[in-house]
Parts: sequence; structure tokens; C-alpha cells
Amino acid sequence: MTVWAPVEYTGVAELRGPLVLVRGVRGVGWDEYATIELESGERRHGLVLETDRDLAVVQVFEGTAGLRAEGTRVTFAGGPLRVPVGAGWLGRVCDGRGRPLDGGPPVLGAADAAVNGFPLNPTRREPPSEPVLTGISAVDALTTLVRGQKLAVFSSGGLPHLELAAQIAAQADTGGTAFAVVFAAIGLTHADAASVRDTLEERLAAGESALLLNLADDPVIERVLTPRLALTVAEYLAFELERHVLVVLADMTSYCEALREVSSARGEIPARRAYPGYLYSDLASLYERCGRVTGLAGSVTVLPVLTMPAGDITHPVPDLTGYITEGQILLSRDVPVYPHVDPLSSLSRMMRAGAGPGRTRPEHLDLAAQILAALARARQAAELAELVGESALGAVDRRYLAMAEAFTNVLLAQRRDEARSLDETFERAWRVVSVLPRRELSMLSPAALDAGYRERT
Amino acid sequence: MGAVNTSGAPGAPDTVSASGAAGTVSRVNGPLVEVDGLAGAAMFELVELGPHRLSGEVVSLRGAHATVQAYEYTGGLAPGHRAERRGAPLSALLGPHLLGGVFDGLLRPLDGAGLWLDPAAPRPSPTDRAWEFAPLAEQGAVIGRGTALGAVRSGASPPYLVLSPGGEVSAIRRAGPCRAADPVAVVGGAEVTVERRRPVRRPLPYAARLDEMTPLTTGQRVIDLLLPVSLGGTVAVPGGFGTGKTVLLQQIAKWCDADVVVYVGCGERGNEMADVVAELAGMPDPRTGGRLADRTVVIANTSNMPMMARESSVYTGVTVAEHFRDMGYDAVVIADSTSRWAEARRELGSRSGALPAEEGYPADLASALAAFYERAGRVTTLGGRTGSVTIVGAVSPPGGDLTEPVTTLTQRFVRSQWTLDRDLAYARHYPAVSWSGSFARDADALAGVTPEGAARRARVTALLAEADRLTALAELVGAGTLPPHERVALLGGRLVREGLLQQSALSPTDAHCGPARTAALADALLAVVERAQALARQGVPVASIEDRDFSPLLRAKDAPEEEIPARRDAVLRELEAAR
Ligand SMILES: Nc1ncnc2c1ncn2[C@@H]1O[C@H](COP(=O)(O)OP(=O)(O)OP(=O)(O)O)[C@@H](O)[C@H]1O
Ligand SMILES: [Mg+2]
Repeated sequence: MTVWAPVEYTGVAELRGPLVLVRGVRGVGWDEYATIELESGERRHGLVLETDRDLAVVQVFEGTAGLRAEGTRVTFAGGPLRVPVGAGWLGRVCDGRGRPLDGGPPVLGAADAAVNGFPLNPTRREPPSEPVLTGISAVDALTTLVRGQKLAVFSSGGLPHLELAAQIAAQADTGGTAFAVVFAAIGLTHADAASVRDTLEERLAAGESALLLNLADDPVIERVLTPRLALTVAEYLAFELERHVLVVLADMTSYCEALREVSSARGEIPARRAYPGYLYSDLASLYERCGRVTGLAGSVTVLPVLTMPAGDITHPVPDLTGYITEGQILLSRDVPVYPHVDPLSSLSRMMRAGAGPGRTRPEHLDLAAQILAALARARQAAELAELVGESALGAVDRRYLAMAEAFTNVLLAQRRDEARSLDETFERAWRVVSVLPRRELSMLSPAALDAGYRERT
Repeated sequence: MGAVNTSGAPGAPDTVSASGAAGTVSRVNGPLVEVDGLAGAAMFELVELGPHRLSGEVVSLRGAHATVQAYEYTGGLAPGHRAERRGAPLSALLGPHLLGGVFDGLLRPLDGAGLWLDPAAPRPSPTDRAWEFAPLAEQGAVIGRGTALGAVRSGASPPYLVLSPGGEVSAIRRAGPCRAADPVAVVGGAEVTVERRRPVRRPLPYAARLDEMTPLTTGQRVIDLLLPVSLGGTVAVPGGFGTGKTVLLQQIAKWCDADVVVYVGCGERGNEMADVVAELAGMPDPRTGGRLADRTVVIANTSNMPMMARESSVYTGVTVAEHFRDMGYDAVVIADSTSRWAEARRELGSRSGALPAEEGYPADLASALAAFYERAGRVTTLGGRTGSVTIVGAVSPPGGDLTEPVTTLTQRFVRSQWTLDRDLAYARHYPAVSWSGSFARDADALAGVTPEGAARRARVTALLAEADRLTALAELVGAGTLPPHERVALLGGRLVREGLLQQSALSPTDAHCGPARTAALADALLAVVERAQALARQGVPVASIEDRDFSPLLRAKDAPEEEIPARRDAVLRELEAAR
């Protein structure tokens, strides 16, 4: 605690992009929180990105538009940016920096915490082992989301990934245990943000969710802060208040663009596609905040959503995300129905630990593997059919094509307001595999087949 | 450890001399810290920064101006703060506590550290435990450097040898409990303790490198059969995300027949570390009857932990391995992923304004990689034992592009490369090791050790290459137009891929496969393919050969080894029915 009034500095030496360079400072620490006061009395906020003798480089969340070298005063807080944390966030809609947008009072917390958090000691982590049920059949059945996991949604412009993310946020639960959703909207249009807010309405009213909205016309640099704020709030809910928390971060491509803007203003040596060389570590410092802790009931599950520029999965944003997350749900235009999940390109690396006997259904992993294997075979058959015509296919191959169609119509296709119970998802999944002759289902045990397989009538 | 040494940096002397020369921080840019007034500092000397005494290492010097890479989050560190020299290079505390433990990139124990790794919080000291010491040398004896003075045992871990600095043993402790920091002997006038500190960036000395090759058995068929690695070898494992690098490396950590495994999680996931630690603790070591964890040292520097400790973690890892090598053990270092280490170097280079080479990487990347992999090898130790360090490093190329600098540079300095192929992984062919895009430069030398293995490898390789060539052709002209012997070759390729190369890490029976079983499976499949070729030559219609039920053989990998010949015979009989 500083007991003396913080020193105000007026020596703004340079304004460059989102950066303010202040001269004449003393004892300003790296990553310190700063307040920038304009002549008009308006206050902005920032962080120290570099401190070099008497010079401090400050990144301004609200941007530098309208700032002048003269008359601008900068004060430093003597510590990193801390935000209030606690149950007070639940039910609230705020902007990307946590200021209320819902007409309510400022969010006050039981405590406060540094937005960057600290790394979780890996030896205190508990391997994830229970599911978060999303009510989306394609996810629950084939790419199960697991508590403490980070699972990315990869999409392309024009696909309804935001609707899907909002639907998951609205429907997800952990079967009766205390659950909460923190939704960080990053760089969304007003229309998209309104629709997310609509979908989350009920959950907000029930005090099970917090919504942070950074809009497309909000300050770009604020986007660097929004996911950190969301994760800091979530960590407290999970590890102090012992809730299972799902954090949705959408759209991470906008976040990365904000980071690139700061980097380029600083004249840093760029890596691929002009993104900074530390993009991997920066994204990891966000996504790695998921997890479970031995001896505590809560968990943080992270669902980053991103659009692949030009649909290119090798673009640095999806590529580095894929190197950090534990799997991906890939949305594709080639899948004609909502939610457009391409099952063969999607994988939840934690599913083995979070699904199956005692967690979802005993036959879950075998059934999922069987569906995927059959879809792969159906894809081959479809390619062959393109060459030789469907009528030239053998009878078994044609059953595979029928199975793939049933998969799309019965299991995958889902309404945007439809929450499917696990029972219903499994009932549909069995209907789909039952399109194939029983002897084709070699991955399922005879006992599972006896219980679930439907003979065709 | 002195109370002042709260940062607990290994390598720091145990007491801080009040006269520790100090300079002043002049610039802080993330992990890059510049310090004025450090005249006389040495390259790679440790420095303590600011009021929390964050540890850092001098990485460049210009007069009294030093550039320091900090091993902790530098939030709050400011120009004007004190920076104190420690008078010693970055070094690691080596001792019997390593086996079965989990450490950060500076080799500080993570077991018992706080839930959140706050750089200002004190870290537990590893040295409190008592060990059972047994002397192996007599008082009055004159023994050479590197000879065992005594042994320390703990559980089922391999005996930990306390090595002599060389000279006359003027005193030696009797058998009984002792602490790692207690002297156990006086040799050549100097006290010897169980634990010791060693600089990490310099290789530990040995007497001579050995040329003859001995295989390291990994338990993964595609490796042991097609791409074998020798003790003391070096392997790069490049592959895009999700192609199976971590799973393959973890399989090797669990099942390879080394004495000691050093698993370095370098800038990767926390959940994976939790998983590997839990698994190793729960698995019996078939060779010792203990737990696999007892032969393993885990260094966990996850991607959200400080970046520069990621840079040092590969060096601490290989130093630990060399230390066990000197006791006469075969040690394996597994580094997942070396790309994150290279990126940490790039990050520091870029913050210090160094002129970058390819893709922003510093120009010394090639020499740094070469020096790192050069620390592998099978040697005669100073004490006359035989020991080895094998290095297996994952490489994570951006966009899966194998022409990027870390992959291409690494390729020049390793003996083997196991390339993971995205198409194979996509088709859930695991481990997704590409047989055509990988190499094993020691394979021919190892063939001298097992001639029948070499013949088997040659046959399987030829069969796969032929099948690959024909698959490409069939895509153009349709498989139906190929002559019978080529269609059988395609069938053979499929049988070998599915029945031999695919090996699920999740299978309770097949996750690990011993050399005899690997050989039996390969021979059974080769016999079946050969018979199928013979039938095709005799004019048996190829469609009826293709339609046979090969499943007993394809599933033989999940069956006990004794059953393999019977399954082979069943499929051979089934083939006869094609006539
Ligand atoms: N040998 C195997 N047996 C069974 N499944 C495997 C095997 N190898 C990989 N997999 C599957 O592939 C997934 C990804 O593998 P892994 O985590 O090893 O990839 P990676 O190459 O390390 O990716 P990243 O670069 O993102 O860390 C695993 O979660 C698992 O589902
Ligand atoms: Mg990995």
C-alpha cells in the first residue's frame, strides 16, 4: 500500500499508435498499472510495457485518440492491474474492462486479484476427468468437453460459431453441481453482441453467468484486457467459491489482432504474418488458466472461439491455438446443417478421461469411435460414388452412405434453441449406428449391442 | 540454504557474501533486464534482481553494462533497483531427491511449492530428507575422479552413487542415515556431500566417447522395427499440432529400457504434466518392481510459467541426465518441445534488439542446437563405467511446415528423425510416424547387432514403399486396373500398416510391445503376404484373396505372444480357401 499520493508525470514525449511514452519518471516498475488523465478530465488506463531509465512506455486500453502531449498527466499505481473478484460478477453485463452496461452499480468484489494471475503449480493440478454437458449432440457424443479442459472452436467467416458458443454457454451444465459461465465477447458487432446477450438472458437473470462485451467499435487495445478479466473472475469463482466455470472467449482472432497492433507500434521484430513472436506464450498465458486443482471442487474450462482467416488452419491464430488447446471443434461449410461441426476434423483430447462408464454412458467411447470410423468409411464410399456412380457401389457401402445421412439428420442437426439431454443424444446415436448391419459394428461389445442396437423393422 | 536466498536459485552459493558486487537496473522489458555498474561480471553469471531477488543470468556484457535474462515474472521491477552478482553461473542442485520428483526449469522442487507460483513466495528446500548411505570406498584408499565413494538408496530407484572428486580418502562415513548436504567423505582434503551443484550450460566431463552401438528399445513397433535408435543417440520428432508428439514421447518415457528418464515439459500443457506424473506414479516398472516414477525426473516448465526458465530447462534436463550417466546408467532426455525453447531464445533476442536471422530467430540458433544435441552420447565415464545420454526432442513447426528453421536446423544435428504425418494422424493411424519421411542413421550400424532384425526391417520397408507407390498409381488409374501381384502388394501394405505399425497408446495390452512380440508379429504378417503373392502367381483370382478374413492377424497385436503363430496359421489356411 502506498501511503503517499502517487506522483503525477506530465512529460509525454511521444504518442505512437496505442502507446504513450512518458519521460522523467522514477521508479516505475514493469507491468505497472497507469492512469492517464486528459486535459478534459477524462481518465484512461494502461499498463507499462517497458521501462528504460527515466522513460516508461505505456499501452493505453482506450487508445490514444484525442491525446495531446501537452496537458496529459500520467500516474502509476505502484503495482499491477488488480480487479475485484467474487460472486458479484454473476448476473452482470459489463464492457470489456468490467464497467457496467446493465444500468447497475459498479461491480464490487469480496477481494481483488491481479489480472495476469500466477501460473498454477503443475503438481497441484488434478487431471481432468468429468464432462461438461453442452446439450449439443455433436459435441457431447463425439468431442466431449471435459471440466478443466481448453477446447477451441475453429470456424470461418459467415458460419454461426457465435450462435453455437452462446448456445453452449446458455445450456451447459455439470449435472447439478454449482456451475457458472463467464462469456467474454471480444470485438463483436453490435448485432452479434445483442444476440449473445439474448441467448444468455435467462442464465444472467438466474445469476449463473457474467457477460463482458468488447464491441467492434470499442477501443482495440481493451481487447488485450477482456479475456484476462474474464479468466481472473473465473479463477476466483472456481478455486475460491468452488464452482465449475466455463469461460467462452470469442473471437480470439480479434484479440490476436489487437496484440499485433501493440507489437507493431512498438516496432518489434515480427514472426509469421506480422504477429509477434510471443503470440504462443501470450495465448498460453490465457488458455493455460483452465484446470482443476487437487482437493478443490471447482474447475475452469476454457472454450476459445476463433475464425480462421480465409479458412486457413495454418494461419498463426488457429495454428498456435491448436498447439495449446486440448483439441478442437471444427465448423465447416461442407456440413450443410447447424451446428456445422465436422466430426472427422474435430477431436477432444480429454474425452477419454471425461466420458464413459460412471461419467456419461458405459458404451460412450466405443460408440463414438464406431461412429467416426463409419463416417470415415462413408466418406471413402462417397468419393468412390463420385467416380463410378452410387448404383455401382456394393450393398454395404450404400448402407454406409445411408448411415452418414442419418448421422447428419438425426444426430448432428439441431435447432439453435434445442438443449438435448444426454439420454436423447444417445438414443439418436444408437438410431444412427443401427442403420448399419449389426456385424459391421465391430467396435461395440456384444452386450452394448444387445442393449442399444435396433433391428430394422 | 541461507534465509536470504528466497529465490532458491540453484547454483547460488549457500551463503550470500555481503560484499556481493551490485549494479543498478536500468531497463526492464519483460524477461529482458539491463543492468548498469556490473563491471567484472562473467557471462552466464547469476544475478539477483530487485527487492524480491528474482534470479536472472547474464547473457551479454558491454563494459559494465549487462543484459540479463530473468527467470521470473518481472512485474514491479524498476530502473534504480539493485542487481546483485552471485559470483556463480546458473547451476543445478543434483542429488538423490531428483528421482521421482517434479521440478521447474531451474530444478527447484515443485512438490510442496505453493498452489500459485508467485515469484515473491519462498520455495521449499529439497535437502531436508534423510537418506541411507552405504560406503563403497575404504579410508586411506586413493581413488580416481568419478569413482564411487558410496551409494544412497531410496525405494526402488536405481542406487544413487556418490562420485569421488579424486584423491586420497582421508575419512568416510559409516553406513547409516545422512542428509544430502552432510559431508560423507573427505577426499583429497575436500569434503564431499551427497548432493552437489553443477553448472548447466557446460557438459559434464567424461573419459571417452564409445562408437559401438547398442539399441535403446522403446516398445513402439514402428520405432524398434523401422527407425531404431541407439543408446547415446539423438532423435527429433517434428509434427504439427495433434499429430501425436506428446503421446509418443510419453510412451517412450514409460516403456523404453533406460535406467533413468528425464522428462522435460518445455513450454507445454499443465494438464499433460499432471497426467504424466499421475500415470508414472501408478505404473509398476517391469524391470525393478518399483514404480516407473522412481526412475523418472520430471521437469515441468509449462507454457504459462516464466519463459526464460523454459530456455534453461533443456540444459538442466540434460545436466541431470549426464549426472546419472556418470554413475554408469543409460539415461534418456525427453524434451517436449524444443521449439518452445528456441522461441524463448528468439524472444530474448528480439527484446534485446539483436539482429535476427531466419524468421526472427537469433543467428546462434544453429550452434545452440548443435551444442545441445552434442551432449548426447555413450561414453566411458571418468570413473571407468559405461553410461549414456540419449536425447529425444519434439519439434512443433508452425503450420506443420517442415521447412521452418527449427526443424531444418535440428535435422542437421540429429541421428534420427521420426516425422509425424498429419494425414496419418487424421486417419487415426497412431503413432503417426511417417515411414517414408523419417530417417534413422544408426539403423545400419545397429543391424550388425541383430542381423535378422535388419533383414526384417528391409522387407517391411520395401513392402511399404511398394504399396505407397501403387497407392499413388491406383488413385490415378483405379486399383481394379492393376495387375494381380500389384493388388496383393497393396493388400500387403494395408495389413502391415494396420496389423503392425498402428499401435494404440490407449490399449491396455498393446501400448507397449517387446522386441520378441514385434518380431513375431512382423514375421507372421510377412508370411501371409508372401503366401498371398504365391497364390496370385498361381492364378488364384485376386478379388477372392482380398476378400479373405484377415482379422485374426490384424487383431493379433492385442493377443498374447504365444497365440501369434496359431493366428498366422489360421489366416494361411483361410488364404488356401481362396483357391
Ligand atoms: N499412439 C497413440 N494412440 C492413440 N491415440 C493417439 C496416439 N497418438 C496420438 N493420439 C491421439 O492424438 C491426440 C493428440 O496427440 P498429442 O497430444 O500427442 O499431439 P501433439 O503432437 O503433442 O500435439 P501438440 O503439438 O498440440 O502438443 C491424443 O490426444 C490422442 O487422442
Ligand atoms: Mg504435445
